[in-house]
Amino acid sequence: MTGMLRWAFAGLLALLAVGLVSVVLQIPEIGGGLRSQVMAQLPESGVDHAVTAVLLNFRGYDTFLELVVLLLALFGAWGLSDSIDEAQLDTDIAVLTELVAFLVPVLILVAAYLLWVGAYSPGGAFQGGAVLAGAGVLLSLCDPGWRSRRIERTAELLLVPGVLVFLLVGLGSMLLGGQFLEYPKDIAGSLILLIEAFAMLSIAVTLHTLFAGTPRVGGDR
Amino acid sequence: MVAMTLLNWAFDIALGSALLWLAWRCLFTRNLFESVVLFVAFGLLMTIAWMRLEAPDVAMAEAAIGAGLTGALLMSALARLERPRTGQEDSP
Repeated sequence: MTGMLRWAFAGLLALLAVGLVSVVLQIPEIGGGLRSQVMAQLPESGVDHAVTAVLLNFRGYDTFLELVVLLLALFGAWGLSDSIDEAQLDTDIAVLTELVAFLVPVLILVAAYLLWVGAYSPGGAFQGGAVLAGAGVLLSLCDPGWRSRRIERTAELLLVPGVLVFLLVGLGSMLLGGQFLEYPKDIAGSLILLIEAFAMLSIAVTLHTLFAGTPRVGGDR
Repeated sequence: MVAMTLLNWAFDIALGSALLWLAWRCLFTRNLFESVVLFVAFGLLMTIAWMRLEAPDVAMAEAAIGAGLTGALLMSALARLERPRTGQEDSP
């Protein structure tokens, strides 16, 4: 039975591969892409970096949904395991502790810098959030329970604002007469920074929660 | 000038082959821990590849998320799995 299943699966995969190859072969060649259009519209976007303009303004809806997907992924992970055991780690390593004590403030600074610099050059909420989450992972390696003792409730509250602020800004721009997520031009830059700041925090907390699980604090999980 | 171009080509070819080789090893190695380590190495080389393609934004995301955090996530998932049953995994 499993052998037959495996062959059926292999057949399906082969079909999928053929389909993908034929689709790739059918892609029409577009010269130049959308670069010139993006560059022409850049002054309208509120930021000076093309990638950030595309991600947060021109294609803001995609980024919004990305944040939603990240949150859903965490819910999915929670659904898979109702309580995640804290990792069994030998945490009493002097070098690790010292290094992390030095690195974490630096990483927080780097994350804030990446968030800010995203308006002008490579950087932004996802990169900053990942760096921040990395700092959290390092802390968890040193001290697996640090979140449960100090900031667990705050951290859980920080999961949602990334999506929420994005949504509110989108709805707000509709109230001001535009389309969903069509920011008013003169405050677009500030709005993007606002969205990115909250997105960064939510991304960081979500990624770290995926890594560390949710320590049982209230005892209800 | 020609030497630079040749050097660039050589570097890109080496990078591409290393990526393919790492991806292959990562998928087909028996030891899951080794797989994760190879995945992180793949992510780091992929970062360089994105830089070669002049996409620093993607390179940064790849380094931070692809190599760094996904590696950590896979490690923590691995730690929560039972000890991998050797020889019983689906063979390719």
